Amino acid sequence: MSSALIELLFDGLLETLVMVGVSGGIGAAFGIPLGVVLILTDRGGILQNVPLNRALGLIVNAARSTPFIILMVAVIPFTRLVVGTSIGTLAAVVPLTIAAIPFIARLVETALREVPAGLIEAAEAMGATPLQIVTKVLLPEALPGIIAGLTITLVSLIGYSAMAGAVGGGGLGDIGIRYGYQRFLPEVMLAVVAVLIVFVQGVQSLGDRLVRRLSHR
Amino acid sequence: MIELRHITKRFAGVSGSVEALRDVSLEIAAGEIFGVIGRSGAGKSTLIRCINLLERPTEGSVIVAGRDLTLLKAPALRAARRDIGMIFQHFNLLSARNVFDNVALPLELRGESRAAIKAKVEPLLELVGLADKAGRYPAQLSGGQKQRVGIARALATDPKVLLCDEATSALDPETTEQILALIKDIRDRLKLTVVLITHEMAVVKEIADRVAVMEQGRVIEQGKTFDVFTRPQHATTRSFVADQIGFALPPALEKRIAADPDHVHAGLWRILFTGPHADEPVIAALSRNLNIDLNILHGRIDEIQGRPFGVMVVQARGSEAQLTAARQFLATRQLHVEDLNHVVRPDRIAV
Ligand SMILES: Nc1ncnc2c1ncn2[C@@H]1O[C@H](COP(=O)(O)OP(=O)(O)O)[C@@H](O)[C@H]1O
Ligand SMILES: [Mg+2]
Repeated sequence: MSSALIELLFDGLLETLVMVGVSGGIGAAFGIPLGVVLILTDRGGILQNVPLNRALGLIVNAARSTPFIILMVAVIPFTRLVVGTSIGTLAAVVPLTIAAIPFIARLVETALREVPAGLIEAAEAMGATPLQIVTKVLLPEALPGIIAGLTITLVSLIGYSAMAGAVGGGGLGDIGIRYGYQRFLPEVMLAVVAVLIVFVQGVQSLGDRLVRRLSHR
Repeated sequence: MIELRHITKRFAGVSGSVEALRDVSLEIAAGEIFGVIGRSGAGKSTLIRCINLLERPTEGSVIVAGRDLTLLKAPALRAARRDIGMIFQHFNLLSARNVFDNVALPLELRGESRAAIKAKVEPLLELVGLADKAGRYPAQLSGGQKQRVGIARALATDPKVLLCDEATSALDPETTEQILALIKDIRDRLKLTVVLITHEMAVVKEIADRVAVMEQGRVIEQGKTFDVFTRPQHATTRSFVADQIGFALPPALEKRIAADPDHVHAGLWRILFTGPHADEPVIAALSRNLNIDLNILHGRIDEIQGRPFGVMVVQARGSEAQLTAARQFLATRQLHVEDLNHVVRPDRIAV
């Protein structure tokens, strides 16, 4: 492997890391609270608010059922507004984040639903406030599930980021398409795929290890 | 200490509303262990959850330590709940916290310092016999140990009341006995008021000073445990008591008596040994003084709340006059006698 190729791959990897890391981070920052709100406002939840729950659920579902490639194009005006351009790694972060938020919210909601109702009841019997129930009971008890969900999200984002790369976002996917496909350099394509596989494996096993360490069930 | 006044609780359901509690009124005195027994679905859990307002009654008021909880706003209610500890059938411990941190939780919620928490939790773990298990996680504990953690956690905020919702129903009989003994011991030491609901009469017998029997959302009978056991008034109560106390004749014996053509000529009596003469040699005196043949068919002697109590089924053979004299003799000893001659099933006859 030539040093030029290695450099190319390294830069691509860095760009992918930025895209996935930033969108995953911001996605979690919004998606986790959104997942919590979805649980709390659901029927029978401690802050039941069915209309709000329905409305949020609708938005989340709409965002999740839009194919990423369409979402990416559809949000271009918004992307321009936020980062000033619709091309480049930073610009790719915007649609990735928008895709990540509802994805994470649903996975977090599912993880929180696994927390036995009896635990919430016990906390209520102790005089816990709704905020305390979230911070002391729901989130800590669901943490392994939330980490598992975030792992799935990161792996999905790696895949999406390759798509984003195709429209000028940079990253490994971009390299794969530009060099491997358009210029027909199969060894570049292979190298990109290999790096992606290792990357995904790394994220997945790190996530799994974390889940095992945190889970005391 | 606890007063429930005309509590009704309706749940809205898909097929109309369910009345889980119907005009229930109870008074529970400070320092007593009050049992509530009933079959599944009778409304016991709803009742106990009304005491700390986990369930808000549709009608009626809940007065704990002189305050009507139904009138409190959310912050005041949360504060009031700290005076009411609760333990559960399935323990409801946080799986992500070890034993120490589980017991610490109610103190954390109250904003106690780490030092204050340590000073409180350690003696509590000592009290429930888990001082050496502080670092374990719930998944590493047995059922009995988990309930001990539940008890320590419930006591962390020094409550005046302890609510136990089927607290021993997930435990084996031996562990049940240990947990009940612990609850009793804690009541004595800390002068707690305990409300304990169960579907097992053995639990009531073991621990309750007084008991209420529930059926279909109503309290159908209540009184001192000894009285309810020895003189059950309601058919449901009687069937609860029957298995516990040996009221029921063994089926084989019942068949044998029914098959005996002679049995109508003899007295078939169930004698309850309670009261001041309960431990006198009454049977011996009876057969010696009145010269009747007494055949003891079935019997059980027990103790409820420290008072001796026995049931004996005897067949008495003698003349009409002798039998009448014998019944009079038993009456003078203040022993309760039931005629079982026409019995098929003991729960069908009137006491
Ligand atoms: N949250 C609820 N919603 C609807 N019905 C309920 C609810 N909780 C209890 N019930 C009904 O109320 C009745 C009494 O239930 P419960 O108090 O749990 O009985 P127990 O504890 O004696 O088994 C049952 O018919 C049950 O189905
Ligand atoms: Mg119940």
